[in-house]
Amino acid sequence: MSTADPATPTPAAGESERDGAGARLRGNGGALDWASRVLALLPLAALVAILIVLLYEALPAIRFNGFGFLVNRIWSVGSTYGGISKAGGVLHPLGAKYGAWPIIAGTLETSLIAMVVGLPIAVGAAIILVEKVPPYLASVGGLVLEVLAGVPSVVIGLWGLLTFGPFMARNIYPALHAIPIPFLHDQPVGTGEGLLTAGLVLAAMIVPIVAATTRDLLRQVPVATEEGAVALGMTDSEAFFAVQARWVRTGVVGAAVLGLGRALGETIAVALCTGSVLQIAPSIFSTTGTIASTVVSQLDSAQSDPTGLAVKSLAEAALLLFVITLLVNIAARVIVRRSARGAALPVGAGF
Amino acid sequence: MATGSMQGAGSLAAGSPAPLISTARRVRNGAWWGLCAAGFALVAVPVVWIVVYVVSEAAATWRWSIFTNPVGATFTGLLNTIEGTFVMMVGVALIAGVVGIGTGVWLSEVARPGTLRSVVRGASEVLSGIPSIVLGYVGYLALVVNLHWGYSLLPALVVLSFLVVPYIAKATELALNQVPIAYREGGEALGMRRTHVLGRIVLRSALPGISTGLILALAISVGETAPLLYTAGFTSGYWNGAFLGPAATSQVPYLTYATWTFYQVPTTEFKNAQPLSFDAALLLMVLVLGLILLARLVVRVTQRYSPERAAGIRRADLRAARANRNGAPSPIR
Repeated sequence: MSTADPATPTPAAGESERDGAGARLRGNGGALDWASRVLALLPLAALVAILIVLLYEALPAIRFNGFGFLVNRIWSVGSTYGGISKAGGVLHPLGAKYGAWPIIAGTLETSLIAMVVGLPIAVGAAIILVEKVPPYLASVGGLVLEVLAGVPSVVIGLWGLLTFGPFMARNIYPALHAIPIPFLHDQPVGTGEGLLTAGLVLAAMIVPIVAATTRDLLRQVPVATEEGAVALGMTDSEAFFAVQARWVRTGVVGAAVLGLGRALGETIAVALCTGSVLQIAPSIFSTTGTIASTVVSQLDSAQSDPTGLAVKSLAEAALLLFVITLLVNIAARVIVRRSARGAALPVGAGF
Repeated sequence: MATGSMQGAGSLAAGSPAPLISTARRVRNGAWWGLCAAGFALVAVPVVWIVVYVVSEAAATWRWSIFTNPVGATFTGLLNTIEGTFVMMVGVALIAGVVGIGTGVWLSEVARPGTLRSVVRGASEVLSGIPSIVLGYVGYLALVVNLHWGYSLLPALVVLSFLVVPYIAKATELALNQVPIAYREGGEALGMRRTHVLGRIVLRSALPGISTGLILALAISVGETAPLLYTAGFTSGYWNGAFLGPAATSQVPYLTYATWTFYQVPTTEFKNAQPLSFDAALLLMVLVLGLILLARLVVRVTQRYSPERAAGIRRADLRAARANRNGAPSPIR
């Protein structure tokens, strides 16, 4: 096989010779120019504003919490009826302590479960929809994916909390619990509210994203290359790994990382299914919390802090989540872009 | 699948139909398809489960009066939340529609390739990756608290709009990219002003793609909860019509809030509260799925002759050809 890294084929439909030179729409000046430019600068301005607001609001909390924010395990508003003291120039109630490690761990753990479970399911579903079933069935299958993508996260969360979690706790989790691995075996299975249920629900939420992208990538693989594989007498699975997999590989990785970004930031469904408890889950069945779910669940009590430090510490948590998802998304774009720039397969590029 | 040997090729070789595909390869192939099918089944099961669960829970206690009564003090209906959700939909369509389409037009038609265009496009992509709760919390800190807008419609609209602007901008840019350059040149050759070329030719040709993006953006915004909790607030009565304000009735009720909280209300206190949670969930699903189907319909009607569809037909031919290859010469073109 070719040693060149097969790239995600980029649709070339709209690119044209005029694209390289100047604006598509010739001409200069006028209301169109400045109006559309002002509108186009708004998302950029919003992004900058979000960063400034988060930094400004979180600054006192960053000064008060220091580096310990990332490693400490106790999140406490302190005594809101007791005395107020000052440390490092920041007013805070006595006993206030903000350590985000439990929610950082919860965020990473739920997302990891979602990726491990969701990724193979999404890719398998996309493959069978493009390569196997007849077009009318593929259309129905696509609708199934879109329905899953469209179900509001609060509805999925409600389902996970009230039906899916309890069902799994009764029927499936005991079997997992029997496996003698510490993280699975130590604690009782519980009621189905907790880390594993949240991870599985998150998996259901990232599957449509990854599957839809994978499906679109597979559709862009030139049919001539697949016909070539068939002409060589390959079976479907051999042809897939020899041809399609090489075309879509990097694109699927990019889609997976985008899905990871979504999983890290998902709030409502996770808040419902994890129990939103500020603890490191001692087992995969235990309740826990994520950064996003904590911002939602803690704001009410944070508003009772007369010094405002609790609200600002939540801003620091939000800033942390922003930075994490930003890095993940940039990684995804770099992966996809690098693959798009690299050498394509030597055949089929013209189709 | 792949049941017979390739008699055509076999007879060429030795006159006897020897199987060219070994049992091991055939088993591996079958296992491969089995895994992929299992993947799809694991997607389909939760979808059906969720839909059946929500519909059956809502149907069990369904009352049509939810469409005529507000939540009120005793959870009598959902009319105020439905109204609030529709008000937000209209607001998002206006704000995010203008900003998103404008951004897309600038990216595709007006801007020259260069740093600024890359920065704007990148910013839009980054914006789409920001968790909605972060946007909501920034909206709370900056708009509700610091600008003293209070829990009200405007901060909710701003947050929701910037949540979906990247999707609309992307859809618009992609749709405009599909419009052939020759269309623009034709307009120019006729001496049309460029606002006319844009409005009468380019945007009109791209309308299906743009409207699909807009509809899907609305579907996203309707289902959001996290960014609204601390921007729109909630009231059990009707929204008072004010865009901002400290009044409790300036807060906007919405459907996702009903699903998010009412299931926790003890049945002993208000027996109607928990059913409302599922009624709201059902309405949300109907609304969102209706929007998705509408978008699909637009795509289906307008892209009947697209290259993607042609490739799909060719791929289907290939599959059909493979399925009959135990027959005589392969019909692969």
